[in-house]
Amino acid sequence: MNPILRKLTRDIPAMIGLVIVVVVLVIAIIGPWIAPYPGDAAASHLARRLKPPTGPFPFGTDNLGRDILSRVILGARGALTVAFTVVGLSMAIGIPLGLIAGYRGGIVSELIMRVTDAVLAIPQLVLALALAQLMSPSLESAMLALSLTYWPFFTRIVYAEARRLGNSLFVDALRGIGARPLRIVFLHILPNAASPIIVRATIGLGFTILTAAVLGFLGMGATPPAPDWGLTIAQSRVYLPDAWWYALYPGLAILLTVMGFNLLGDGLRDLVDPRLRRSR
Amino acid sequence: MILRFVLRRCALAVPSLIGLLVLTFVLIRVVPSDPAAAMAGDAATPEQIAQLRHEYGLDRPVWEQFFVYAGKAVRLDFGESAFSHRPVALDIAQRLPATLELTFAAMAISIFLGVPLGVFAALRHNQWPDFALRMVSVLGVAVAAFWVAIMLQLLFAMELGWLPLRGELSVSVPPPVRLSGFLLVDSLLTGRFDAFGDGLAHLVLPAVTLALGGMASIVRFTRAGVLDTLQQDFVTYERAMGYRRMRLIWRYVLRNSVTATITQIGLLFGGLIAGGVVVEAIYDWPGIGSYTVNAILTGDHQVMLAVTLLIGVVYAVVNILTDLVHGLVDPRLMDRS
Repeated sequence: MNPILRKLTRDIPAMIGLVIVVVVLVIAIIGPWIAPYPGDAAASHLARRLKPPTGPFPFGTDNLGRDILSRVILGARGALTVAFTVVGLSMAIGIPLGLIAGYRGGIVSELIMRVTDAVLAIPQLVLALALAQLMSPSLESAMLALSLTYWPFFTRIVYAEARRLGNSLFVDALRGIGARPLRIVFLHILPNAASPIIVRATIGLGFTILTAAVLGFLGMGATPPAPDWGLTIAQSRVYLPDAWWYALYPGLAILLTVMGFNLLGDGLRDLVDPRLRRSR
Repeated sequence: MILRFVLRRCALAVPSLIGLLVLTFVLIRVVPSDPAAAMAGDAATPEQIAQLRHEYGLDRPVWEQFFVYAGKAVRLDFGESAFSHRPVALDIAQRLPATLELTFAAMAISIFLGVPLGVFAALRHNQWPDFALRMVSVLGVAVAAFWVAIMLQLLFAMELGWLPLRGELSVSVPPPVRLSGFLLVDSLLTGRFDAFGDGLAHLVLPAVTLALGGMASIVRFTRAGVLDTLQQDFVTYERAMGYRRMRLIWRYVLRNSVTATITQIGLLFGGLIAGGVVVEAIYDWPGIGSYTVNAILTGDHQVMLAVTLLIGVVYAVVNILTDLVHGLVDPRLMDRS
């Protein structure tokens, strides 16, 4: 086996993270087939409303009699869709900007990095909330707002790598044999920057699930009756303290999913960053 | 030399602040397709919208609008809140102490628990306390603060009834005379110990909720820093010299390990201000955070703009302070810049 992969498999926290991520991914894909009441994404059954956790409803039911377990399972797909869309869009914006700024230098680079700094100067959550509000609240606005506030993290990383590699001997050699800038940047510099990008993307997926949950909780994301985890917690507040299960399980789902991505991301970072490898 | 370092660092912040002004301007004037209509709300007539457009200078060229906007922002003139009909700057000034009180409380909890726990984890490297603390710090970063807030309310306020559910002070307790605006400080200054006790009880749950994530990252960075330092030659030497273990750790090792932690504390302050937005809203804490959430939910653009700008400025100031503290702890950094 590849020695790097072998090292990763020995990292127990990272492996726990990987298992969680795989399980959540599987649940997101086959959710509608494994949920006990797949219809409860939208249906309501007032006869069995706010039932505490028992045999047929292990996580209890909500104020419309919907099975919480089913809704937690069905919510995984939405959470991961948002996370992958946002991180994907952020990469699509951030990576090319970072490459241009790092490789070209000059006024263009200055301009890009100043914009990056300005966006990073405001906490992502605050900026995303304001943006989502201004674009009129919906799930699409939320995803766009999160992407428009997350890309600078990728630009920063890629910029540093492109700067470093742009001055390296092998890039000089490539220029010497007449390789075109686009070719150098995308075929030679980008692959060398892959590991920090992958690490950031993994951590970004967890982070985005968390921020998207806040947006959902504040009513700036998914709209009812979507089985969104953040939205469900917001809806449960009226029925506390009696219906504790209503708020508990969606929160645990967020916690577990985010933890999975973070553990995996930390493990990957230790793997690709030799400076950190020493300390463990 | 210190003065030069300070001035240089402050000068570096100027472009970021200008960038911040441009960004917020773009946010408020360019993102909504018709800012005047967005400001006026759904029920406004075309005449009202036209009037608003004229009033806010939206019919002028964009660059002129920007300079008017920047000039007002520098003079802290953010207009009126569309809902309270009071100057936004006044609202913010009144609510800022509550937010600072909560932030400092959360920061104190994170640091006074996080640093010792981080050192402890490093000393018990790869034993069960280390594993347990690493697990806790992973949980602390991964958990949604708004959910923790609700769970803590559920347990300690609703079920057990040990702590108040929301707010800064009980309705039955008359607020102390407002001197500094900080409730706890004011109640001490005026000898209102009943209000002090009540305010403190109200502070516990929000501060703990907010501190959780910060504490987790401080534990992590302190642990990593101490582990790194412990491997250095001077520690082996001092051990061989027979320095007492505790003295060695708390005086020499910790001082050499805190650089990463200080950066983390700087980041933490910004993170706490941002995290406080949601936590304040859940606990009805009368600070900037709940004000922001209200403004966002009701679409109060002037307020949103001012708060975003304010938080950006706080971030920039904290960054400068972090660098300064770095320079004081590690004078080598001052030469390098």
